[in-house]
Amino acid sequence: MPIVKGAALAALGFALALPGPEPARADTVFVSNEKSNTVSVVDGEKLAVVATIKVGRRPRGITFNQDMTRVYVCVGDDNRVDVIDVATLKVVDRLPSGPDPELFVLEPQGRLLYVANEDDNKVSVVDTAAKKIIGEIQVGVEPEGMGISPDGKILVNTSETTNMAHFIDTASHTITDNVLVDARPRVARFTADGRFVWVSAEIGGTVSVIDLGTRKVVHKIRFAVQGVPRESIQAVGIQMTRDGKRAFVALGPANRVAEIDAETYEVKRYHLVGQRVWNLALSPDEKRLYTTNGVSNDVSVLDMERGRVIKSVAVGGAPWGVIVKP
Amino acid sequence: MTALRRLAVACALLLAGSAWGGAGAADPLTIRIGYLTRAEEPRIPLTFLEPVVEDEGVQGARLAVVDNDTTGRFLNQRFELVEATVPEGEGVEGAVRGLAAQGIRLLVADLRADALLAAAALPDARAMLILNARAPDDELRNELCRANLLHTAPSRRMLADALAQYLALRRWSNWMLVVGRAPEDAAFAEALRRAAKRYGARIVEEKIWSFEDANRRVDTGHVTLQSEIPVFTQGRDHDVVVVADEADAFGEYLAYRTWLPRPVVGTHGLVPTAWSRVHEQWGATQLHSRFERQAGRWMRPRDYAAWIAVRAVGEAATRTNSADPAVLAAYIRGPDFTLPAFKGQGLSFRPWDGQLRQPVLLAGPRTLVSVSPQPGFLHQFSELDTLGDDQPETKCSGRG
Repeated sequence: MPIVKGAALAALGFALALPGPEPARADTVFVSNEKSNTVSVVDGEKLAVVATIKVGRRPRGITFNQDMTRVYVCVGDDNRVDVIDVATLKVVDRLPSGPDPELFVLEPQGRLLYVANEDDNKVSVVDTAAKKIIGEIQVGVEPEGMGISPDGKILVNTSETTNMAHFIDTASHTITDNVLVDARPRVARFTADGRFVWVSAEIGGTVSVIDLGTRKVVHKIRFAVQGVPRESIQAVGIQMTRDGKRAFVALGPANRVAEIDAETYEVKRYHLVGQRVWNLALSPDEKRLYTTNGVSNDVSVLDMERGRVIKSVAVGGAPWGVIVKP
Repeated sequence: MTALRRLAVACALLLAGSAWGGAGAADPLTIRIGYLTRAEEPRIPLTFLEPVVEDEGVQGARLAVVDNDTTGRFLNQRFELVEATVPEGEGVEGAVRGLAAQGIRLLVADLRADALLAAAALPDARAMLILNARAPDDELRNELCRANLLHTAPSRRMLADALAQYLALRRWSNWMLVVGRAPEDAAFAEALRRAAKRYGARIVEEKIWSFEDANRRVDTGHVTLQSEIPVFTQGRDHDVVVVADEADAFGEYLAYRTWLPRPVVGTHGLVPTAWSRVHEQWGATQLHSRFERQAGRWMRPRDYAAWIAVRAVGEAATRTNSADPAVLAAYIRGPDFTLPAFKGQGLSFRPWDGQLRQPVLLAGPRTLVSVSPQPGFLHQFSELDTLGDDQPETKCSGRG
């Protein structure tokens, strides 16, 4: 199976190398490598690593600032957030984060960064301008996933051992609702219209769709891949197209990305990618999906029009998070 | 530190309470879990790098209560561990009766097989669900199985199979088996022989460790060992030395002293185990650091099995939103139960013998070497059922 896939990829790679009508793209992809303590920078046109930036230890969560001039990276083992300048591709600053930051989310207004402190059962509120922690919110055991509503009013944090999505009012920094989901929730992602939040569960292998109005799970998306044991189907990264029609869920050691009709919740197909796929990012034009494959140490590039992987780009050790800038 | 922690939990409770408004004032549902152990001489490890541990097991249960409470505060549930320790050498009957009289119906047992069986057979235990968090004996999962018993500790056969799968993968298929004199060593050796057969290995030589057990502190003790062990390990050529020494009486001495330069595996060297400090994947680091903050030492497999047992009750309480022991026990036994426990997949109980299916770590002395089941050992339903007694093999008929 891997040999066949490799051959197909090689053939496609060859096809890509030919001069053709393929439009030039200026995507820049940033990948955090949990094991190598680096961020790989991949050129979206060449589909090759053009820079490797040394950061603190155990980089995982990664996000842009509001105008995409900076990249924030959680470096969990150094208990801080490193700040990369997008122009010079150098670490230019650092932010406090509270202990063991894993994932975070920037409020839409761009100033406050909400950081999950995995080892400390809390969420730290970081003012990126003042470079200070201005608040802490007690949540469940091993907080991880962080999502924020499009209007910035509601923060959702997932806790891996408590198995809940905590709804936090950002004005008062208090928890207003706790919604039980399946085992080991990882990622929380709001729909573009702000009506629902999707929460993936790694061990449960499902995605719970929670209605913001009722704070109840209204649908549970389940996955089944022929020939893959149920235990290997572990839902983690979630991405949705801006029109709210399509969603993609990374299925970990199943080595697949599920493509879902986001209106009917029907799983349309499974895309074979690299090994242990954790996180995903859509290109700004939504023509490509980039996936981080933590065991095969590469990024799969899924062409959305052709519906298949067109290239695997070798990055650093144990790639974890991925973001794309136009 | 502990006091601080308690204060932190109390503050968290207050915070959570204010978040619910009126609901915070309601009395929380209290779920009470018994914990039964019997005092015994602590195991003295041969290595001086490991501390002598006198609170093995119970620290895991206590940590799980804290973890359960953190979740429980969002659901208005609180958990209480009712600990009972029987004096050394005494029967457990009185303690079980006492716990039953206090209304305990969910009991974590940190007992050896004989005491566990005595406890489970009592009329007072009939209405209890007992979670065996210690005894690895295969008979407890087979001929001597009981309907009121579940096992969070892996069986010897699971451990032996986990090791044998890895040795098969490496094609180290000729084993020299070295067995200690304790009855549990014979039991583990039996599990290893069965595993060898299952996974196509040959035991080409078998030795019984017959030297006097010595105090671990002997001046210039290494001189004697250096002459004894090379001679002791002479025999037919083999790929690996497999040692069965659960009591830690000699296994530590084998590595680097064998006649042939061969790796040591089994109870020493490369060890199949439910838990080890060398394991850090799937969030294990978080459990280690919580445990170490609480206990001031590393978490051992017995602590982990007790943690799982108490967390299983917590998970059932979360999912059923109930404090009724009958409801919780039914959920734990039921098909929907799955517990994340830092092994990369959900754990659940086998209906045929009550054993918790779980991946088994293969821990080297300094780092994690692998995790079984190994790739390629397939199973119709769950690859975890390639470890230990699968449904067609079970000799357990007392569950129904």
